[in-house]
Amino acid sequence: MIEVKNLKKSFQDGEKTTEVLKGIDFMAESGDFVAIMGRSGAGKSTLLYQMSLLDEPTAGEIFIDNKNVLSLNTAERTSFRLSQLGYVFQDYALLPEMTALENVALPLLMQNFSEKKAYVKAAEHLTLVGLGQRLHNLPSQLSGGEQQRVSIARAIAHEPKILFADEPTANLDNESSRIVMDIFKKLHSEGQTIIMVTHEVEYSKYAERIIHLDNGLIVSEEKK
Amino acid sequence: MFFTFLNLVVVSGILIGLLQGAVNAVRTHYTSDVIISSLNNKTYIENSPEIISIVKSLPQVENMTARYMEGGIVEANYKTRTNDKEKANIATASFYGINPVAENNVTDISKFMVEGEYLTPEDYDQVLLGAYLDKKYMDFDYPGFTALENIKPGVKVRITVNGVEREVTIKGIIKAKVDQISMGVFMIDSQFRSIIGRNDYNVDEISIKLKSGTDPSVVRDILKRNGVDKVAKVQTYEDAQPKFIKDMIATFSLLGNMLSSIGLVVASITIFIVIFINAITRRKFIGILKGIGINEAAIEISYILQSFFYAFCGSVIGLIVLYGFLEPWMTAHPIDFSFSDGILVAPIGGTMLRIGLLMVTTIIAGFIPARLVVRKNTLDSILGRN
Repeated sequence: MIEVKNLKKSFQDGEKTTEVLKGIDFMAESGDFVAIMGRSGAGKSTLLYQMSLLDEPTAGEIFIDNKNVLSLNTAERTSFRLSQLGYVFQDYALLPEMTALENVALPLLMQNFSEKKAYVKAAEHLTLVGLGQRLHNLPSQLSGGEQQRVSIARAIAHEPKILFADEPTANLDNESSRIVMDIFKKLHSEGQTIIMVTHEVEYSKYAERIIHLDNGLIVSEEKK
Repeated sequence: MFFTFLNLVVVSGILIGLLQGAVNAVRTHYTSDVIISSLNNKTYIENSPEIISIVKSLPQVENMTARYMEGGIVEANYKTRTNDKEKANIATASFYGINPVAENNVTDISKFMVEGEYLTPEDYDQVLLGAYLDKKYMDFDYPGFTALENIKPGVKVRITVNGVEREVTIKGIIKAKVDQISMGVFMIDSQFRSIIGRNDYNVDEISIKLKSGTDPSVVRDILKRNGVDKVAKVQTYEDAQPKFIKDMIATFSLLGNMLSSIGLVVASITIFIVIFINAITRRKFIGILKGIGINEAAIEISYILQSFFYAFCGSVIGLIVLYGFLEPWMTAHPIDFSFSDGILVAPIGGTMLRIGLLMVTTIIAGFIPARLVVRKNTLDSILGRN
């Protein structure tokens, strides 16, 4: 499903080069739920950004469904992200002037879903994450946990091949975090491939595989 | 955008209108729609009575007036001057012999009387003096030009035309923003004809007022086909405009366009700043949109549409204010410039061209900052990194 080979990422700051990923090899099959853990600065978010095509690695290869996605040009990558990948950001990343329903419907509309179908699908997914009564609320009218659930609904509405989540519970209280993780658990049980970065051991346990990163390298892996 | 629109259209419109007001005044109060004048090598229009008959027979003609013209001198202090060493208070002027009724029907000059009364056909030995011949109206002085002092209606002056002297009474002072009127001396045609010895009734000018909606060039061409151009110059009011007026209109138009261009640049910079600030403050959300897979072009188009919206709204409001209020109001209440009654000239074709320019400029000015922000690294935008 997704295979990463010798992935490297370094940042240039003046004359100083910082190597954050030092050659990652990783693979996840369809339906896997993988948690990436590590201390702060280990490179876990950077790895997620490379795999999810939000950033360009310095070296290495990424294959999704046997397709070398790094060979795609900018427009093709954008289109690939839109149709094949889903994202849940740490800070929800919702558009503030759009309602929950509109936030979820927007990527669908951009994929040429009819307006009616896009809004029906968006409403279904918001209901799925327990926000059926908050469709027309703006993000500012929702709690952090609710906003994150909108973000999840947006990420899964188009049925992506892989759902990437970057510290999805970092800004949430325990109750909200548990609700969000329960949604991930349910999605996983329905066959959704999930790759999640977290630093919280409690929530990493929802995943079936836990990868530990340190100093830009995978240092260990746990499987349930 | 509304003010930019006004800047684009109104500034150049007033500049051109300044001259157009003068052109309109000459047309309305002197040349009228078509003017027949003597050939350059002739002192008058030969066969004038026959030409006048042709003109009167044309169905397009509403009114016409024929004028006799000669240069002459007006002297004011000839009665009070006690010796030859005292300087004579004289002014040189163009003299017009007119039928007061016909002249007024065509040029409506009686409304310009500032002192005394307009002429009647029975006013022998009486004249109207142009205000610029009267020192109290002549607020500038230049070498070779003198104006008359201590004159007013009822005062006698001595005129000399073609060597013939007459003592006449000033019946009125006439002042218009048309030099031919304000620097002329008018008397009734029958008396003027006898002064200049023009017993054949050949006149120097015929001004023709056409019925509303008639194209002056049509009547000009009819007169030419009737052979009038063999003995006289036949011109529409536009043909008769001096070259310097045409040059000035072109110059003012160019000046207006230059000012408009500055307005366009200012509008572009304004839109650039507005869109840039808008885009840069929404950089994170632009990053999110890109992150979830929204095409860069779609995001840029949204900013272009935003710029277009500003320009469109400004132009629509501008059009409503311009054609619903400003233009008709300025036509009814021209600006009182010293040499013309300035109006606002805003032909719809030119206005549309300027709107088009404004749209294009605005769209480009909106696209550039949007592009600058949208092309930034997606992740940097989302994370707020520089």
